[in-house]
Amino acid sequence: MTNTGTISGINGPVIYLKGDSGFRMNEMVYVGKDHLVGEVIGLTDRRTIVQVYEETSGLKPGETVSSSGFPVSVTLAPGILNNIFDGIERPLSEIAKTGGAYIDRGIHVDSLDGEKLWKTHITVKKGDHLFPGAIIAEVPETPAIVHKVMLPPDMEGYVIDVVEDGSYTISDPLLTLQLPDGSEKKITMTQKWPIRVPRPILKRYPAGKPLITGQRIIDTLFPLAKGGTACIPGGFGTGKTMTQHQIAKWSDADIIIYIGCGERGNEMTQVLEEFSELVDPRSGNPLMDRTTLIANTSNMPVAAREASLYSGLTLAEYYRDMGYHVAIMADSTSRWAEALRELSGRLEEMPAEEGFPAYLASRLSAFYERAGMMQNMNGTEGSVTIIGAVSPQGGDFSEPVTQNTKRFVRCFWGLDRNLANERHFPAIHWLSSYSEYLTDLAPWYVEHVDKKFVDYRNRLVFLLTQESSLMEIVKLIGGDMLPDDQKLILEISKVIRIGFLQQNAFHKEDTCVPMEKQFKMMDLILYLYKKSRSLVSMGMPMSVLKEDPIFDKIISIKYDVPNDRLDMFDDYKKQVDTFYDSVIERNA
Amino acid sequence: MAIEYLGLSAINGPLVVLEGVQNAAFDEIVEMTVEKKTKKLGRIIEVYEDKAIIQVFEGTDGLALRNVHTRLTGHPMELAVSEDMLGRTFNGIGEPIDGLGDISSDIRLDINGKPLNPVTREYPRDYIRTGISAIDGLMTLIRGQKLPIFSGNGLPHDELAAQIVQQASLGDDALSSEKFAVVFAAMGVKYDVADFFRRTFEESGVSDHVAMFINLANDPVVERLITPKVALTLAEYLAFEKGMHILVILTDMTAYAEALREVSSSKGEIPSRKGYPGYLYSELASLYERAGIVKDRHGSVTQIPILTMPNDDITHPIPDLTGYITEGQIVLDRNLFGQSVYPPINVLPSLSRLMKDGIGEGFTRADHQGLANQLFSCYAKVGDARALASVIGEDELSPIDKKYLVFGKEFENRFVGQGNHANRNIIETLTIGWELLGLLPRAELDRIDTKVLDQYYKPTTLEGSEE
Repeated sequence: MTNTGTISGINGPVIYLKGDSGFRMNEMVYVGKDHLVGEVIGLTDRRTIVQVYEETSGLKPGETVSSSGFPVSVTLAPGILNNIFDGIERPLSEIAKTGGAYIDRGIHVDSLDGEKLWKTHITVKKGDHLFPGAIIAEVPETPAIVHKVMLPPDMEGYVIDVVEDGSYTISDPLLTLQLPDGSEKKITMTQKWPIRVPRPILKRYPAGKPLITGQRIIDTLFPLAKGGTACIPGGFGTGKTMTQHQIAKWSDADIIIYIGCGERGNEMTQVLEEFSELVDPRSGNPLMDRTTLIANTSNMPVAAREASLYSGLTLAEYYRDMGYHVAIMADSTSRWAEALRELSGRLEEMPAEEGFPAYLASRLSAFYERAGMMQNMNGTEGSVTIIGAVSPQGGDFSEPVTQNTKRFVRCFWGLDRNLANERHFPAIHWLSSYSEYLTDLAPWYVEHVDKKFVDYRNRLVFLLTQESSLMEIVKLIGGDMLPDDQKLILEISKVIRIGFLQQNAFHKEDTCVPMEKQFKMMDLILYLYKKSRSLVSMGMPMSVLKEDPIFDKIISIKYDVPNDRLDMFDDYKKQVDTFYDSVIERNA
Repeated sequence: MAIEYLGLSAINGPLVVLEGVQNAAFDEIVEMTVEKKTKKLGRIIEVYEDKAIIQVFEGTDGLALRNVHTRLTGHPMELAVSEDMLGRTFNGIGEPIDGLGDISSDIRLDINGKPLNPVTREYPRDYIRTGISAIDGLMTLIRGQKLPIFSGNGLPHDELAAQIVQQASLGDDALSSEKFAVVFAAMGVKYDVADFFRRTFEESGVSDHVAMFINLANDPVVERLITPKVALTLAEYLAFEKGMHILVILTDMTAYAEALREVSSSKGEIPSRKGYPGYLYSELASLYERAGIVKDRHGSVTQIPILTMPNDDITHPIPDLTGYITEGQIVLDRNLFGQSVYPPINVLPSLSRLMKDGIGEGFTRADHQGLANQLFSCYAKVGDARALASVIGEDELSPIDKKYLVFGKEFENRFVGQGNHANRNIIETLTIGWELLGLLPRAELDRIDTKVLDQYYKPTTLEGSEE
């Protein structure tokens, strides 16, 4: 049964219906003669409030609103990957086919291609008892990813009939299930899931595996766990989007969901173009084969911006249920928060800080808590990692979105305006950033990289901290007045900053660096420090040490040593030894 | 047949309330006739049952509760567009004010535009030669980009914008062969500023290719909210339907945002930062995002919005939100202006996000990116050296810091401060860049690949210096 209501007022994306229309909270509704998509966000006995996901100009009081009977949901089936959707999972390429270069209103296209035949391998047989979330078939969705068709998480029963392996569309029935109450149900590849409800799991695991990104400052200094949460706050032009792109390209997640929330249209185009050309070093397939884009650019309707984050998250959870490690790039959560603020303002709610609604914090926490390393209903293990960019107003980290986000994420990569001005990228500041995952991940690093890894990492950070306090003095009296051991700290910190932390995203070798090379670089820098320190303690002045080009040589290791020639590090160690000997020889 | 409604139930600043209307649509345009003489246009910004709140474009002076007839037009604000609009001057809502008659065209477009589908966008890659070293070398302008100028009151942003228009239109590929045109929108600017642009366009002989939309400082505030939309509608039409390359100059975005605040506060909305409405970001984005290139169409829309930062504060909401939407920014600096450096571009906070894909081999020259990174990095160190010199005195500086001071001075005077009339090609710009890097020892240059350094680096000394 569908309910209908009548529009009585329109204020931007918010419309009011007179009286109680019989709609349910968060139900999807169709608004007006163009059937614009909307969602019920408030009910009283006198009026119903609906937010509309499309441009409302031209709507009139008196037009009807009809219910759809289900909450705002996403369609889950093969065809999600290598695709670009808007905030409510409408494929933009299909919209382009019907609407041309611009996005029109009231376009109704299916989320996924219902005609396409998928090669299907059935993994269950007649008589099997299936539990909720059980995998029933495998479909090679892209060359990189096998899509595992699952039973919806709220269904179980006996298989009483099943089709042969073959080619099926997403709406063809694959099997008939006898439910516990005796009734029969045909199961297809497609499920629908409401975007605001987390998909159920069996249990959560503690963080234990890092998400390897190939970015040195992240992997070594401030690592993120699979199933973890991180935020990247930074003023405009400090490289939030670049950092997100780098992680989306090179991280070892199986699936990337990239949500462009209120950002630039050209950026989405760039991701689309670039990711179709770039090849994933692990699988050898184009990166788009493991990627889904959700685009609600800054000029697209604001209500859909609010929904886009949840749509992306639900897609991510769906792939997690198949046993994949999924990483979500949300760029930018500030625009999402501003969408909340805009809608809240239109609803004339009481504002809290800077006009943001008081429920900002609880919405943010509910969002980030959907991340995690999970044991799924079907027993597989998968994870959802959330990396949210934050665009603080005026680059000021004390504003509400940054502050509230900081409370709910465990990894903070603070971008710094001065570093960006110097074109030191990634401009993640080593003193303001932190990662709470470091202790959780230490055993993994010891086992998989080197047992000295964590110790070395801490020594790097210690040197950088010392440098920062020495720089305070240098600013007052100049660097020449410092004693030699402190000059050495400055010199070696420069090697760390330029040779290690700075990473060139446009350089073939430097854009993604394996853990082993990261460790060897650290090892070599600390070896150079050790040798130089013993020279300084013998009374050699820094000016003599700096005559040797060894410092500059080690800085350019990132370019000079290819990622597959790690044997070259032995030679560099010898060069450090030669440097040590020659300084002693010349000054003995 | 259209119904006319007599009278209003309230007037508050630029907003009026009309009750008892039938069939009023959200965002619809209404025509108001005051005492059967003056016509004004208005837009419905909120409807509730039979009550409509209308924003009046030409101001509410002269309106009384009983002397107004209102007629619903049944459609959102539209603009008749045509190629003949080039060479003409219009007011803030797109009506001709140059006395050359109306624009006759059957094509009427909704001025609000529609969002471009990211799938149909083409990623911009062709650079526009502006002839200005700081821009071409360090924050290259790309066709289809939106690159604002962040300025302050009294700084020469108008001269800079005019120079970009002149030199870009004189460029190798612009006016002569391909269709190049300028759409100029002035919002709340002084008469002198509008006149300056008019004269400059005439003097440089491009005025036949310019459509000007002028809303002066004393014109109605609400009109200002329409001006950029009208201008961009024409720009999109010329670019995507007629295949022209359009450069849109929007000045002054600060006046636009202030108009938005004024209207928002008279609507009684909840303000966010500094009294600006919470949707300032969305509003600005709906303008800036109308730049771009569409697949399989020839033209492009490039935007150079100009905004004056209140109190030179880059963290003020207007420059701040703009910076989050646009693809970079050109920041002018009062200090450099005081030292007679023209154009006074402070390169450190300036940026072009699209630059990386539009330069280098095949576009400009292979060493461009490395050189630009190195210049940025070295100039950043100049700041440190100057700070130190102001504490301990220049004489006490280490030799390398002294070299940085020399580099900084030369960089500002030669590379940035090229003067009003210099039109440099990209090779000249890069050559000057390498000469400047030559003032520093090679070991300081850590951003450039060794091979590139081998090819281009040559130590230079200043004439008349001690070395």
